[in-house]
Amino acid sequence: MTHSTVQPTPASATPEGGHLLELRDLHVEFRTNEGVARVINGVSYHLDAGETLAVLGESGSGKSVTAQAIMGILDTPPAVVRSGQILYQGQDLLTRSEEQRRQVRGKEIAMIFQDALSALNPVFPVGWQIGETLRQRAGMSRADARRRAIELMDLVKIPGAAKRIGDYPHQFSGGMRQRVMIAMALALDPKVLIADEPTTALDVTVQAQIMDLLADLRRDLNMAMILITHDLGVVAGVADRIAVMYAGRIVEHADVRSLYKAPAHPYTKGLLESIPRMDVRGQELSTIKGLPPNLMRIPSGCPFHPRCPYVQQVCVDVVPHDLVLGDGRTSECHFAQEVRDDSAR
Amino acid sequence: MTAPASSTKVRGETILSVDNLVKHFPISQGVLFQRQIGAVKAVDGVSFELRRGETLGVVGESGCGKSTLARLLMRLETPTSGRATLEGKDLFKASGAELRRLRRNMQMVMQDPYTSLNPRMTVGDIIGEPFEIHRDAAPKGSRDRRVQELLDVVGLNPEHINRYPHQFSGGQRQRIGIARALALRPEVIVCDEPVSALDVSIQAQVINLLEQLQDEFGLSYIFIAHDLSVVRHIADRVAVMYLGRIVEIGTEDEIYERATHPYTQALLSAVPVPDPEVRDQRNMIRLVGDVPSPADPPSGCHFRTRCWKAQDICAVEDPQTVPRAADPHPSACHFAELRPATP
Repeated sequence: MTHSTVQPTPASATPEGGHLLELRDLHVEFRTNEGVARVINGVSYHLDAGETLAVLGESGSGKSVTAQAIMGILDTPPAVVRSGQILYQGQDLLTRSEEQRRQVRGKEIAMIFQDALSALNPVFPVGWQIGETLRQRAGMSRADARRRAIELMDLVKIPGAAKRIGDYPHQFSGGMRQRVMIAMALALDPKVLIADEPTTALDVTVQAQIMDLLADLRRDLNMAMILITHDLGVVAGVADRIAVMYAGRIVEHADVRSLYKAPAHPYTKGLLESIPRMDVRGQELSTIKGLPPNLMRIPSGCPFHPRCPYVQQVCVDVVPHDLVLGDGRTSECHFAQEVRDDSAR
Repeated sequence: MTAPASSTKVRGETILSVDNLVKHFPISQGVLFQRQIGAVKAVDGVSFELRRGETLGVVGESGCGKSTLARLLMRLETPTSGRATLEGKDLFKASGAELRRLRRNMQMVMQDPYTSLNPRMTVGDIIGEPFEIHRDAAPKGSRDRRVQELLDVVGLNPEHINRYPHQFSGGQRQRIGIARALALRPEVIVCDEPVSALDVSIQAQVINLLEQLQDEFGLSYIFIAHDLSVVRHIADRVAVMYLGRIVEIGTEDEIYERATHPYTQALLSAVPVPDPEVRDQRNMIRLVGDVPSPADPPSGCHFRTRCWKAQDICAVEDPQTVPRAADPHPSACHFAELRPATP
């Protein structure tokens, strides 16, 4: 790949022993007229330089809200960060001023969004939009910003970048628009890239192209990546570790291989069993009964208990806390050991 | 619910037959004096047969014409040319009472459960609306009972007949859409991406429901989807579409195990498999570029601009969807061959 212009950032930016990015017991709620929706209920995870963490969950599980909290782009109100810490290079972002957070945004931690068409401004050429960050934040002249925008478009493999820099978003296909988004996110050379469902709106052949591009860029630029997705198939290809979210909690956390081989939380197990597999043809799909909870009325004890096949009285009464299973695996289930043994069978 | 009268009919006989169906949408220019400057060839010569009790999966990427095909079959669009017969009767020539009878036999489940239900109608009115048009299907006094039966069949609480769509979740709304499609006891149901708007755990519930209803009522499905794993799970036969044409059609095994068209092979290899170990051994074909515009498709084989096998002949001669030497199912490629075995 040609990207001579972008220098990998030294990993030494992380303080000794600490993580590049770490969330500690984050709580976020949405205060609305109908009541308080508890969207994030104690999320902790960490990310080290150069690794890819997948955050997996269905709609309403809080995976995107967590990312917005890291970026500091939550809509407040209604969103309120109730407690917790977001440590970036050892510093708590939540205690910083808006101006200090702005310095982190884009330059240290950048984000790409699901729907590239609505994330891009339809009335400006893409080159101008990529260059905007460079002019505003890096203080580049218009000519320099334009040159750099072409380099970035080359980096994300948009064919004929120099010719297409004056084109408008509607003149690009879905896959190319997503590449423009990625180019914008990379403009300030971030150390962490958060990709929120980057391929959900794309067709399967284009999806494969974009995931390859992201994996290549992550490696070549030595970034850390948080990949937010609902697609268990996409995750299997690119992530090192997976955090599975349900009702605003991380219910299982493991490296990719062990998670797929033997999930240790009934929710993960149910999800894996309920997707039709192209390489395995079964009769009836097993399902997870019921519906995800209403976040204004999260069930007592383990939030998954009304849908869980392993449910016992203790699940209704006691909130399970992370059960450490070794190899860096954790599962928020009273019967994690049992579930994992069942899955491995 | 009683089974439709058709259950005595022979399974496996052709119920719907589509022959060289074409739909071109005109592109016009000018404000006052509009003139046609081109056409979007959304469906460009599609032929297939649907047998009683089977599921025909239709797969393809966005813009390949699969939804237009569904709309044509439902007569929501008028075809540019071509023929389709439902139980021997011409779909596109029928009008008046005959058309109503035909429509009764063919219903549709839409993709988006949020926009396909009228938010100002109760669930009972939504599912009962077909009875307003086809008054003989259920006598007035028994309608509520029929609707409650239908709710029960699709796994919803019959007591919720007076609720509104917003009081249901996405998966439940899709069940309402399915109940509406079942109301007139059709034999063919066209499902246009019925599960793609749903979460994984809910998707499996709806797929299972569709399969169970098929067994119970002997339904035939045309199941349109972009998710190849879902289609493999539910379909007996599969048609692969690219830029308005069927490029390959065959049984589920023929398409998934013995595909001979390069596009099918690429599509299959791009599907993410939720298993890191299988993934490592897979041999992915990476297509370059995007799907060309259906307003200006490439000459000859539509796929040649992205195909690694393309030769001069591909630009000149349009390959027919016919059985090929490599495998006896129809495939539209001059160089149709099986892929070297991949794990």
